[in-house]
Amino acid sequence: MKHTLSVLVENHAGVLSRISGLFARRGFNIDSLAVGTTADPAVSCVTLVVDDKQNEVEQITKQLNKLIDVIKLQDFTPEEIISRELILIKVSANDQTRSKIAELAQLAGGKIADITRNSLTVECCDTTDRLENLLELMRPYGLKRVVRTGTIALEKGSEQLTIE
Amino acid sequence: MKMTVSQAMVSCLEQEGIRQIFGYPGATICPFYDALSRSDIRHVLVRTEQNAGHAANGYARMTGKPAVCVVTSGPGATNLITGISTAYMDSIPMVIITGQVVSNLLGSDVFQEVDITGACEPFIKHSYLLKDPTQVARVFKEAFYIAGTGRPGPVLIDVPMDVQKMEVDFSYPTEVSIRSYKPSSKGHPGQIKKAAAAIAEARHPVIIAGGGVFSAGAEKELLAFSQKTRIPVVNTLMGIGAVPSDYDLRLGMIGMHGVRHANYAVHQADLLILAGSRVADRAIPSPTVLARQKKIIHMDIDPAEIGKNLGVDIPVVGDIRLMLSQLTEEIDAAVSENWQDWLEELNGVRQKVHPDYGPRDGYVNPKLLMHQLNQRADRNAIIVSDVGQNQMWSANEFAIPQGRFLTSGGMGTMGYSLPAAMGANAACPDRQTIAVCGDGSFQMCSMELATLVQHRLPVKIVVFSNNRLGMVREHQTVAYDNNLTAVFLDGSPDFAKLAAAYQIPSVRIHENSEIDNALTRLLEAEGPFLLEAMVDPLETTL
Ligand SMILES: Cc1ncc(C[n+]2csc(CCOP(=O)(O)OP(=O)(O)O)c2C)c(N)n1
Repeated sequence: MKHTLSVLVENHAGVLSRISGLFARRGFNIDSLAVGTTADPAVSCVTLVVDDKQNEVEQITKQLNKLIDVIKLQDFTPEEIISRELILIKVSANDQTRSKIAELAQLAGGKIADITRNSLTVECCDTTDRLENLLELMRPYGLKRVVRTGTIALEKGSEQLTIE
Repeated sequence: MKMTVSQAMVSCLEQEGIRQIFGYPGATICPFYDALSRSDIRHVLVRTEQNAGHAANGYARMTGKPAVCVVTSGPGATNLITGISTAYMDSIPMVIITGQVVSNLLGSDVFQEVDITGACEPFIKHSYLLKDPTQVARVFKEAFYIAGTGRPGPVLIDVPMDVQKMEVDFSYPTEVSIRSYKPSSKGHPGQIKKAAAAIAEARHPVIIAGGGVFSAGAEKELLAFSQKTRIPVVNTLMGIGAVPSDYDLRLGMIGMHGVRHANYAVHQADLLILAGSRVADRAIPSPTVLARQKKIIHMDIDPAEIGKNLGVDIPVVGDIRLMLSQLTEEIDAAVSENWQDWLEELNGVRQKVHPDYGPRDGYVNPKLLMHQLNQRADRNAIIVSDVGQNQMWSANEFAIPQGRFLTSGGMGTMGYSLPAAMGANAACPDRQTIAVCGDGSFQMCSMELATLVQHRLPVKIVVFSNNRLGMVREHQTVAYDNNLTAVFLDGSPDFAKLAAAYQIPSVRIHENSEIDNALTRLLEAEGPFLLEAMVDPLETTL
């Protein structure tokens, strides 16, 4: 099962390298990683998505908690969160395919962000599953470039992860 | 008070009660050294930076508090890396100060610049790059706090040379509070109850004592727990001496190089109580098998160690000194009735184990030498062993009632013994301190003979010379069909002459019959002394 870890960290230089270094040397795989500041500028939130194939999430969270810069973390299952990821897809397009692509993209929740004579750039902000779906719809037309942000997530409902 | 950052750094050390530090200077740490020269703190100049780390390691293990080493940037810092990783693997509290190039040139590969905080990231508890002079007091306070609390470990403070020269308004904080670091102390009462219940149900319980017993200063509590419950105690390499060596329920070291009755106890046990032991592969080679067969109580300060290598039934997180007292209180002394047969059985196995102290043709039997050394050393002597066969001969013969046994457990760092013994002796000048090494490991640290002389540290040295990297030789014999390669130490100097070049007296022996006299000279020497014992290259570890 996929786990989403919300990790609140001190907003210092070097914190991200400590986290990514930990994953690399202990052989933990990261599906996605996204970082940004929170409402408190001294605190950043690192959102990590990991696949718990080897039952390693418990060890991952314990090791993360040992990093002095990690203030707090929470491990969420997919049902507990609202998650979003942003994707930008540059697809090959010509006079024959352009409107077809645009229509498909829009039906799948995307927007046209840029248009040229031989390409279309589609943007979409949604769950990872839906982005995958959009990407597969675009693939037959020729993907020129794809960039994604990594997932960010919040717990559902009024509860909130706080430092105290 | 107004002062420079380097004066403030020295002040911080003084406020932390630091009396001695180990180091090696260079340009980028010169402002600090300049300030240090005006302080009462004793500086011990080692002969290579790695050994500043090992000396601080030995010092910290004897005092139980963070010890300090100081080196310059670039090669000074990278030379220290083995000292840092050695301390990290054995959870030794240490504060490391490194000089760094001037801050506005950071990142431009100037002379002697190295990203030491980055390089040490995987094997250090925490590190700081001190760019803001106003943070000096906070950073030092935090560094000592982090190094010495929770699961202890090394903490590094990298200070650019220009920052050391800046002026600050200094006052040392009395309190420290780090919102992201709150080490646990007492064990959860519910878990303690569960542990007590599991003990009451057991028939063949065993305590496995690790290095954490020393980190927590829990030797007394461990003994009290075992005395009340009559549960026998085995130890890991790091846990040697956790209970006094003349204690009747002490069975000795487990693991790959452990003694038979201790390993037998672990294998036949129905309940293992791990106290400050991280279930390292050399101590417990097949944890999954154990987990299936027995109930396991794991007491440790570091929750990440619990369940990492071994499935655990009852995890108890906290300071094991407190947790052992909680458990001793919780438990009924009557439980000891449940394993009288077990103790008899273990005693029976122990009776059948006879160390081989026999003669060797033209060589000294190293086990016999260690046995006699342990009989004759002071009751509170410190043995610091190196790595290799010499380590296991030292470990399995350790029998000094109030003594300490120091070694590099997790890293197995050759060259540890002499510098760590220097540090231990600097911390406890009244305690006899004996470094034991092989002829390979001795040559990894023999430059420190000069430090012993310069700083009048009366460390005794035993070198077992087999003209081999003995433990690797043995491994090649067993696992590579005796294809011996790169393990011959031909070309080594005459150690007696080498010692003499430092004005250190020595003796070389070839026969068991010479041990007695040689030990007299070693133990009665005023200053440092070197005893070289010639050992058969085919001598086995066990
Ligand atoms: C720094 C370092 N390098 C290499 C090793 C691998 N190693 C482990 S034991 C050993 C041989 C040690 O030889 P010596 O010091 O002569 O001791 P002996 O085993 O002969 O007692 C070696 C090379 C090590 N542990 N540490």
